[in-house]
Amino acid sequence: MAKVRGAIVVDIEACKGCEICMVTCPNQVIGMAKEVNGKGYHYAYMENPEGCVGCANCAIVCPDGVITVYKVKLKQENEKTR
Amino acid sequence: MDIKDIIKPENLVYKKTSLMQDKALSYCPGCGHGTAHRLLMEVIDELGIREDTIGVAPVGCSVLAYDFMDIDMQGAAHGRAPAVATGIKRCWEDKYVFTYQGDGDLAAIGTAETIHACNRGENITIIFINNGIYGMTGGQMAPTTLDGMRTSTSPYGRELGSMGHPIKMTELIAQLPGVHYVARHSVHTPRAVRRTKKAMFKAFEVQKERKGLSFIEIVSNCNSGWKMTPVKSNEWMEENMFLYFEPGDIKVDGKLVEKKKIK
Repeated sequence: MAKVRGAIVVDIEACKGCEICMVTCPNQVIGMAKEVNGKGYHYAYMENPEGCVGCANCAIVCPDGVITVYKVKLKQENEKTR
Repeated sequence: MDIKDIIKPENLVYKKTSLMQDKALSYCPGCGHGTAHRLLMEVIDELGIREDTIGVAPVGCSVLAYDFMDIDMQGAAHGRAPAVATGIKRCWEDKYVFTYQGDGDLAAIGTAETIHACNRGENITIIFINNGIYGMTGGQMAPTTLDGMRTSTSPYGRELGSMGHPIKMTELIAQLPGVHYVARHSVHTPRAVRRTKKAMFKAFEVQKERKGLSFIEIVSNCNSGWKMTPVKSNEWMEENMFLYFEPGDIKVDGKLVEKKKIK
């Protein structure tokens, strides 16, 4: 089980679907949606949410700053039993 | 753990800075301008100098920069941003003044203003976005266009014999004694973004200590002008632009540095 879990929130209407976040993500979490937003772009979304570690790499390279990143540290299971 | 449990205000690690307006940027998808804008605003936000900063917007793709940056801004005639910034800085010596210019603005029509502002050692910061093309007007050849690069006015590729060599503005002005800090970076990967941010912090630091002009070139992409996808254009930039426009520090603390290659 991962020690850290993260999640991203994409501002769907502001996303321009440039895919730069998709290639930047170290865990291949981000994919492009099949649906389009109001501007006609395929927006970014979390395709594989289990893999996100909240590193914020996608958010800092996003040209339009549409990604917000959240992160939590999980307590390990064996720590609880001790 | 459910995603809804992660998305809570106390778990926030990264959010767009409040100094960027909520207005959608007018740039093409994947354009480096957006990242550079946000980075600059983050630096100003983190230094806490929002009330004391005046930016000068150029003519070019980023002509509407004052619509996106929530700080005091001033427009300038094409290429004259360093001259306007000089005036502002001389009137308000304790304000932070920066110009944000593209390569058509800074390296073509504004060459004289740039070089003389640098030579006078004006206490300002210049952010120079270099994408090797005139993006706003439809991808014409710029002074910084690479050898053999196809543009709408050099459809068979730039030929050095008749069209001249691509100009290295950053190396050129690094020679001038009035310039204190010169660096060239990019904004296409998280690593490059972090380096650029560090350089911007340093540039404003130099301005605070009144040591002279600080100049940061950001090598960027122009996927519409280069006729590539954003991801492809970033790869092309690494493979071609970086060979000629090598990233790294060029002048630190008023002294030229030996070339160290970084990627």
